[in-house]
Amino acid sequence: MSVGTLPGPRRGVQPVSLGSAWPTLGPLLVLFVFSAVFSFSTRTFLAAGNLSLIVQQSVIVGTLSIGQTLIILTGGIDLANGAITVLATIVAGRLVNDQNNPALSLLFAIVICIFIGLLVGLLISRLGLPPFIVTLGFLGIVTAATRLIAQGGAFPVTDDLLSWTGNAFNLGGAAVTYGTVVMIGLYLLVSYLLTQTAWGRHIYAIGNNREAARLVGIPVQNRLLSVYCFAALLYGVAAWLALGRIPNADPNALQNGNLDSITAVVIGGTSLFGGRGNIWGTLTGTLIVSVLRNGLTLSGIDPLWQDLVTGILVISAVALDQISRRKQR
Amino acid sequence: MHPPLLTHNGVSLSTNLFTQQAKCCSKRFLGIRNKNKGLLLAPLFLAALIGMCSQARAADQTIIGLVTKTEVNPYFVKLRQAATAEAEKHGAKLIPRFGKFDGDNEGQVAAIENLISAGAKGILITPNNSTGVLGAVKKARDKGILVIALDTATDPLDAVDATLATDNFEAGVKQGEYARKTLGNKTPKLAMLDGTPGGTVDTLRHNGFLKGFGIKEGDPAIVGKQITHGAQDEGQTAMENLLSAHPDINVVYTINEPAAEGAYAAIKAAGKTNDIVLTSIDGGRLGVEYVKGGKIAATVMQFPKIMATRGVDYVVDYAKDGKKPTGFINTGSQLITDKPFPDLPSKDTKWGLENCWG
Amino acid sequence: MPTPGKIVLEARRIVKRYGHVTALNGADLELRAGEVLAVVGDNGAGKSTMIKVLCGAVIPDEGEVILDGQPVRFHNPLEPRKLGIETVFQDLAVAPALDIATNLFLGREIRCEGALGFWFRRLDKGRMRREAEQEMRALKFHLPSIDSAVENLSGGQRQGVAVARAAIFAKRLVIMDEPTAALGVRESGQVLNLIRTIRDRGLPVILISHNMPHVFEVADRIHIMRLGRRVALTNPQRHTMAQVVAIMTGAVPGDETSANAAADSF
Ligand SMILES: Nc1ncnc2c1ncn2[C@@H]1O[C@H](COP(=O)(O)OP(=O)(O)O)[C@@H](O)[C@H]1O
Ligand SMILES: [Mg+2]
Repeated sequence: MSVGTLPGPRRGVQPVSLGSAWPTLGPLLVLFVFSAVFSFSTRTFLAAGNLSLIVQQSVIVGTLSIGQTLIILTGGIDLANGAITVLATIVAGRLVNDQNNPALSLLFAIVICIFIGLLVGLLISRLGLPPFIVTLGFLGIVTAATRLIAQGGAFPVTDDLLSWTGNAFNLGGAAVTYGTVVMIGLYLLVSYLLTQTAWGRHIYAIGNNREAARLVGIPVQNRLLSVYCFAALLYGVAAWLALGRIPNADPNALQNGNLDSITAVVIGGTSLFGGRGNIWGTLTGTLIVSVLRNGLTLSGIDPLWQDLVTGILVISAVALDQISRRKQR
Repeated sequence: MHPPLLTHNGVSLSTNLFTQQAKCCSKRFLGIRNKNKGLLLAPLFLAALIGMCSQARAADQTIIGLVTKTEVNPYFVKLRQAATAEAEKHGAKLIPRFGKFDGDNEGQVAAIENLISAGAKGILITPNNSTGVLGAVKKARDKGILVIALDTATDPLDAVDATLATDNFEAGVKQGEYARKTLGNKTPKLAMLDGTPGGTVDTLRHNGFLKGFGIKEGDPAIVGKQITHGAQDEGQTAMENLLSAHPDINVVYTINEPAAEGAYAAIKAAGKTNDIVLTSIDGGRLGVEYVKGGKIAATVMQFPKIMATRGVDYVVDYAKDGKKPTGFINTGSQLITDKPFPDLPSKDTKWGLENCWG
Repeated sequence: MPTPGKIVLEARRIVKRYGHVTALNGADLELRAGEVLAVVGDNGAGKSTMIKVLCGAVIPDEGEVILDGQPVRFHNPLEPRKLGIETVFQDLAVAPALDIATNLFLGREIRCEGALGFWFRRLDKGRMRREAEQEMRALKFHLPSIDSAVENLSGGQRQGVAVARAAIFAKRLVIMDEPTAALGVRESGQVLNLIRTIRDRGLPVILISHNMPHVFEVADRIHIMRLGRRVALTNPQRHTMAQVVAIMTGAVPGDETSANAAADSF
């Protein structure tokens, strides 16, 4: 409104409205409240060992959710991520079982992931097919391919490299797995990419207003392609983390990886409509789900409450997003 | 809900915390406008709810964890109910957990880890995949927790302290023998409706059936095999397809009774109920009723309640005197049919309905 | 009256068909240095299509575009931008969730100097912010804070951001499609001021508008379109608003003489 003068450099914090504060503060608040409740109501919740557990239990979904966040930020969605990760575990597991070089096997599995990401990305960016449909299709294709490769079996992994991410070192009494370190590293990396590089800004712009992004000269198709490839790379890394956590490549694993990661992203305050959100919210969202699962077990409460509470959180998060967006219009 | 043990600080503390939070959040921290208040506070209310539900336990109460494959399968529901009742009888506390789908190793591992954290004395588990959860089981055992596999054995068997299970191979043999006898001297045309490929139980039942039936894998008498995941809809589809490919099928193996129910629908639609011997295994109430109603010729009953109650008893004993059970403990199986053969020990459906698990 | 400038951009005999619809039917256009050229016409006259041809969003079926005496051919919106032609599109080309500085530099981000920028692709946020602020001040367009999200701005301020972005990066000319269409009186005033400021900095502007008072407020010359071609070229001194509207709607025939006369008097 005002044409009034407010010139000059002013870096000061603007009074934040609820709409913009909730996506960042809300998930943290929920995590804090749940943690506080569990630390009062159970004896062991705050024990170093228990906290380290919660993080370990978050590593796979936490990593899948990074890719999911990037894709949702562009206004897309990925239903195939868990399936892609499982395929990578099976490929790596089977190759190593057949006496191939472990490092090369793992690398090959990750390359396959990237290849799938490339196909998904091409269909979405070049042909303009809806991400929901393309990734739904790939969910089926990849799951079938996994079962064909596994031939009804599972592959126990004994190799040190493949299961390395499950090893732990001691940090102030808590066991920290290398997988955790890898995951945190990925979060830092993606946080940097999203906030400090043009690529990240373009991701937001594409999800926020695709036409505007095109008109200001952002190579929208290439950006989308890069997002799907990068996300697939992350799914490959998630496979490595999964083998560290459970050293057994099992075609039946991670069937809910897609929905679990969408849940984490949404609870973390990222808008399903794209263009809004941040990666640390996703980590918080993942932790909220793990804290619930852990805390409810410690309290001896029926595990069905976990699904119930998670469901309510998802709906609340989306409702808040919707309300704050409506206000902006 | 669990019986309240109202001797704790948990509730009052967490409720306090909740009210403080709510006040500070709603007024200053977020500067909420009225419209949104309800939504924002929803998680807080939930947290309070959890705070009130959770109970600080008496320090010496024995905690027993139960980790099943899924919650949807009524078999596991019965297992859990029996275990909960038995635990209550002994003044112990049973914490049930489950995977989200058949094969959810990650879910089972997390459940075991969290139960260790919760201070469980013993963990009863129906392991998903025989090798998938062994790492977590080892962690638990290293901590001195008694781990007993229920229903499904681990591979190797001694990855757990003891296994309480149906000898599924033996059960399969009973099913196969009965099928063969009923067929008489007709040339067998066998259709096999399997569960999940590679599953331990599936393999044992499948192979046991073939042994009892008196043929080997690859025998030309086997005209078709299909995967049903033990589900009725998939069982029906599989049977429909098999029947259209091989209309001369005269005997059917099913992995469980839901699959058999599906197969029956397909057989009935094809008008072949009198030409085909349909057999199953499991022994749920519905299964016994199918036998009684003539849908299934016979089923082989297993006894999950015994697994559950014995498992709980072992943990309670272990907590008292440190005595651990070992090895494979067969909880038995029983052929149920109303058309018995004198040389095959069986019980009728009346007995079956009295003794079935659900 | 500014001195008549040389021709910066010229379009000759442009034809563009969409199936059976002929959006442009041999349309001409010329823009001279230092002027605001208003393009007016009834709905469907072909204004937007003309502008899309000039900014590379639409490839014409026939005709040629000449920039500073050189024939050019645009295949996508990036090419004219590289040559210093900036466009403000009718549907606001801003990302509402992103802040003003980010929007101003969207697609043209500045990286840090040295290894940090080259190897780590790190953005020089401070510099972009400072430059954004400087530019907004130079354009005399005041915003609450360069850090606030565009969605928190009023419609006029948002349009201001889109216009400012064009002004910052344009080297040769700025094209605006209905920049005041969705704005109130006061907000329109802000944007019209902005247009004048841009012209006074030496950048010619093509302004498409429905709004006669706005056109008469800022335009140096008025280009009237009807049925896919230019029917008259005049200026606010020569014709009244009513006369322009009459030509626009076909009530009074436009003719090349009036066009030439206007061109001469300019
Ligand atoms: N993408 C398109 N597809 C088909 N017809 C179009 C398209 N764009 C414009 N037109 C048609 O071309 C004519 C000129 O449109 P336009 O240039 O938008 O006019 P104006 O901006 O002057 O209102 C109209 O009849 C319009 O319907
Ligand atoms: Mg138009």
